[in-house]
Amino acid sequence: MTSRESPRVSQPVPRPLWRRALGPRLRAAGLALPLVAFVSVTFLGPMLSLLTKSFYDPEVADALPGTMAALRDWDGQGTPSDEAFAAVAREFVAARTERTLGRTANRVNRVASGMRSVIMGSSREMVEAGAAAEAAGAATDGAFWRETMISIDSRWGGPEPWRALEAAGQRLTARHYLKALDFERGPDGGYVRAPEVWRIYVPLFWRTFLVSLGVTLLCLVIGYPVAHMIANSPPKRANVLLLLVLLPFWTSLLVRTTSWIVLLQNQGIVNDFLVAIGLIGDDGRIAMIYNMTGTFIAMTHVLLPFLVLPLYSVMRAIPPAYMNAAVSLGATPFQALRRVYWPQTLPGVGAGCLLTFILAIGYYITPALVGGQSGQLISNMIAYHVQTSLNWGLAAALAALLLGGVTLLYVVYDRLVGIDRIGLG
Amino acid sequence: MRSSGAIVLCVVLVAGCRLAADPPPGSASGSDADGRSITAVSYGGSYARAVVRGYHESFTEATGVRVDLADFQGGLAQVRAQVEAGAVHWDVVDVSVAEAVSGCDEGVLELIDPSILPAGPGGELPEDDFLPEMNTECGVGNLLFSSIFAYNREVLTGPPPTRLADFFDLERFPGRRGVRRSPEAILEMALMADGVPKDRLYDVLSTPEGLERVFRKLDTIKDQVVWWDTSAQAPQLLADGEVLMTMAANGRIFNAQVLEGQPFVIVWDGQVLNRGQLAVVAGTPRLEDAMRFVQHAARAESMAGVGRYIAYSPARYSAERLIDRHFETGTEMWPHMPTNPANMKNYLMTDWRWWADHGDEMLERFTAWLAR
Repeated sequence: MTSRESPRVSQPVPRPLWRRALGPRLRAAGLALPLVAFVSVTFLGPMLSLLTKSFYDPEVADALPGTMAALRDWDGQGTPSDEAFAAVAREFVAARTERTLGRTANRVNRVASGMRSVIMGSSREMVEAGAAAEAAGAATDGAFWRETMISIDSRWGGPEPWRALEAAGQRLTARHYLKALDFERGPDGGYVRAPEVWRIYVPLFWRTFLVSLGVTLLCLVIGYPVAHMIANSPPKRANVLLLLVLLPFWTSLLVRTTSWIVLLQNQGIVNDFLVAIGLIGDDGRIAMIYNMTGTFIAMTHVLLPFLVLPLYSVMRAIPPAYMNAAVSLGATPFQALRRVYWPQTLPGVGAGCLLTFILAIGYYITPALVGGQSGQLISNMIAYHVQTSLNWGLAAALAALLLGGVTLLYVVYDRLVGIDRIGLG
Repeated sequence: MRSSGAIVLCVVLVAGCRLAADPPPGSASGSDADGRSITAVSYGGSYARAVVRGYHESFTEATGVRVDLADFQGGLAQVRAQVEAGAVHWDVVDVSVAEAVSGCDEGVLELIDPSILPAGPGGELPEDDFLPEMNTECGVGNLLFSSIFAYNREVLTGPPPTRLADFFDLERFPGRRGVRRSPEAILEMALMADGVPKDRLYDVLSTPEGLERVFRKLDTIKDQVVWWDTSAQAPQLLADGEVLMTMAANGRIFNAQVLEGQPFVIVWDGQVLNRGQLAVVAGTPRLEDAMRFVQHAARAESMAGVGRYIAYSPARYSAERLIDRHFETGTEMWPHMPTNPANMKNYLMTDWRWWADHGDEMLERFTAWLAR
């Protein structure tokens, strides 16, 4: 900064503005530091480390280094060299004795389903065959293992298990993303669409998208009049009504969701009532829970406040005089609503819908509890892969695709409507 | 930017609410200050009560080591997760033989020295006293349980189902079916009901055509199935009339019959027997106490203790002789046991070798089938 100082000035120079502001600024930054640290440690760090798992998967490569080296020169046709057989045998037998082979087999099985039983089944016999050959003083070289392995399981005589091993040994890989988009390894090693029975993720993404859209629209249809009523009530009544909207908000999500089970189940209150008034027969009770209907109803209920609150705060700021003016100038009430009131509430509609939609697309507990099998969403699949199958690479890929999708929607919304048009009042 | 700030605030609020409603798993465990303790994990509900009375209490009495009980729904997922994360807070888990063998192959369960197995009450040697194939490298047998199907006599008032095939017969028995959300036992049941002979069942299941056949059979009841996750849900679904019949663990139905007086009936035809074991999670810091616990549970008296609370057959011949009547109600236990010859006219013994090698693949395929 010295070059900027004027040589003509003789009296003490006031410290430059940026310097005077530095102290308070640093202090302000210092105040935000705990938050920054908290967010990086508890959110950004874990998220990045999980996302890394979606394309970086070194486990098989680390577990079977010799096999991977021997497979490097293989052209993917027929069977690999005798060295590959020897390396696989050496590493399988060693891993089997150290009790680590099961984990490796699980990882290979994710590339080609069926590989776990091939590896675990043949390795059990390979340990015995190797010990027997050594006891008899016979050579346990590549040719020996080729013959032994193919006689234990004829599949080792074809290229498939070798291709699976090779693919699972790639450290940097797109296989989790391809699987998340319902592709699988084809017979020639390239990726093709998975057969019908294995295609689950793309349909689930679609289902999640459509359910979220449906729930958002349902929330809007139900929430708009409610918000309008609250915004135009006298303060005392508005407070009571607002409390009613917020009350479920303060109740545990689990309690809210399980209450729906009590209401909607086969022998539940709603069905009992419908039977009692004779609308349906006792054997014609409607299945309203453990299916898509249950997911829809419970999610709409849980997410409704997120639409009502932004709408309410925007509507409260609209002077009633506008509507009165429109009507007194000859508009019908509907025209006044459509052309005067509705456009002014658009920022609230945008904010509420975007918030509801983004929350809905990641919903997980509610569908798990009331969705049955047909009401499960993509987040339930992510949870399944995190908690049960422990296939974190695939879970990370699914999560990354979901995150990418939401970001894309946000960008599209920004382009079409403009993000600064969002308002919470 | 005020608005986006508000959105962030809302999202943070919601995330906070969810976290508050969902305490992290495994927060309660470990050893306490004034005495040693171990955590034993089991299937909850009436079975958990039986093991507490059967051998948890007597173990604490004998050793002074407290036993904390945790519930799970079976499977190795959490054990794998704990071992991989290096945060082992479970010590002893209830597993099927197939799970014990898979877990052993993966190194997530400890090897158990067979010499720790105690002799029977009359000095019977463990190697003669345990039923065949009850013990493996990482698991000590404790009981035999059975997957059966059952119905509620008050709900199903017409002619009763008597054969396994009736469970899959929606024409003669229209109504919803309860099935555990797991491929175990239901795959075998579907194939048996489809007419595959028992001795060829696992060979058929190993072929792609066999798998197609199983899921085609399951497709016929899929839209009538209510899937349950915890064993205690099965009797609940029956009692509520949510399902006409349900697959269940036989002991849970027994418990509802005897303790709650529910009018449930078990159909033993085509029952799928399985062996249950105790296993020790690899790398537990409480290894010595965990092994002593497994040793204690392997006594015939411990097994008989469980068998007097819930209708699961003990893993030792000497324990069979110690079981007579239910501890609280005085009900004769043997008519309800899965290994009673009267209940074994048509049964299948689960092939644990097959499941140890194919279990994960079946779960994957089953999950894909369910999601469609």
